[in-house]
Amino acid sequence: MKFGIVVNEGPYQHQASDSAYMFCKAAIGKGHEVWRVFFYHDGVNNASRLTEPPQDDRNIVNRWSKLNEEHGVDLVVCVAAALRRGIKEENLAQGFRISGLGQLVEAGIKTDRLVVFGD
Amino acid sequence: MLHIINKSPLTNSALDSCLRVAQSGEILLIEDAVYAATSGNAFEGKIREAMGRFRIYVLQPDLDARGLADRIIEGVLPVDYGGFVELTTTNKTCQSWL
Amino acid sequence: MSNIKKFMFVNRKAPHGTIYALEALEVVLITAAFDQDVSLVFLDDGVYQLKKGQQTKGIETKNFSSAYRALEGYDIEKLYVEKESLEARGLGEEDLLVDVTVLGRAEMGELMDQQDVVLSF
Repeated sequence: MKFGIVVNEGPYQHQASDSAYMFCKAAIGKGHEVWRVFFYHDGVNNASRLTEPPQDDRNIVNRWSKLNEEHGVDLVVCVAAALRRGIKEENLAQGFRISGLGQLVEAGIKTDRLVVFGD
Repeated sequence: MLHIINKSPLTNSALDSCLRVAQSGEILLIEDAVYAATSGNAFEGKIREAMGRFRIYVLQPDLDARGLADRIIEGVLPVDYGGFVELTTTNKTCQSWL
Repeated sequence: MSNIKKFMFVNRKAPHGTIYALEALEVVLITAAFDQDVSLVFLDDGVYQLKKGQQTKGIETKNFSSAYRALEGYDIEKLYVEKESLEARGLGEEDLLVDVTVLGRAEMGELMDQQDVVLSF
């Protein structure tokens, strides 16, 4: 099956992005495709390459980047939400791209299931 | 439909609203909603009542993280993330009650 | 027909205290451009988004409530409000800034079951 994922909360502050990531990993492990993860609201902060968690903690941003690198998951950050919160091309982590809200609608149309993680 | 809840029913009305509006289907309790899957709290009666209309699942890793694995209400079905994925595929749609 | 999906946007949060309502509205407006079958649902504190007479000058934030009235111009005409949510807040249809269809909780549940994609904010 083809999945679309929506992440509405920032990393570390809320469990939403952890849950979304664990879901993606499990879905891929079962042979499904995670076609796109769309980051909205404070979720856009998942894309900041300026994030520096302590050594003994998980690196949420890098985890997403790896999902893109190893499984081709399309990581899309909403442009309007990103600009509001200071996420721009220049501080975007690897594997992410900034685009419009249409990408979220497209994910709803083109995937078999859209799963939302938020507050 | 799969209803996904992520808030404790003791501080937030998401689960209450879901039980009010949805008539049947499956409910998955994740994140802070796993407290709803445990016995001894003020919401337990409502969950037991809801079990007549809904099949109720709880995300085991979230329950374990909160130290409540031994308090799971009998009849609530534990799943791992793979089971979570499975539930989204066996249901035609899913709704996160944010 | 096969490319048209039933999209439902579920709004359960009050406006102004958080940005969810405003950003949800932005998604809804974009979805209109994709010629999908769009429904908006207002439940719980989400019904406060539609309250008449919102004035945000004093808090210096954007008053986006008028945008709900513009939805019709985008061919988004399916606005549903749950009866129980309105009643629990002492509100009636006359308190709302747009025309809506008021549904009882069971009817609302049925409507949700008919959707292809449910987005909640």
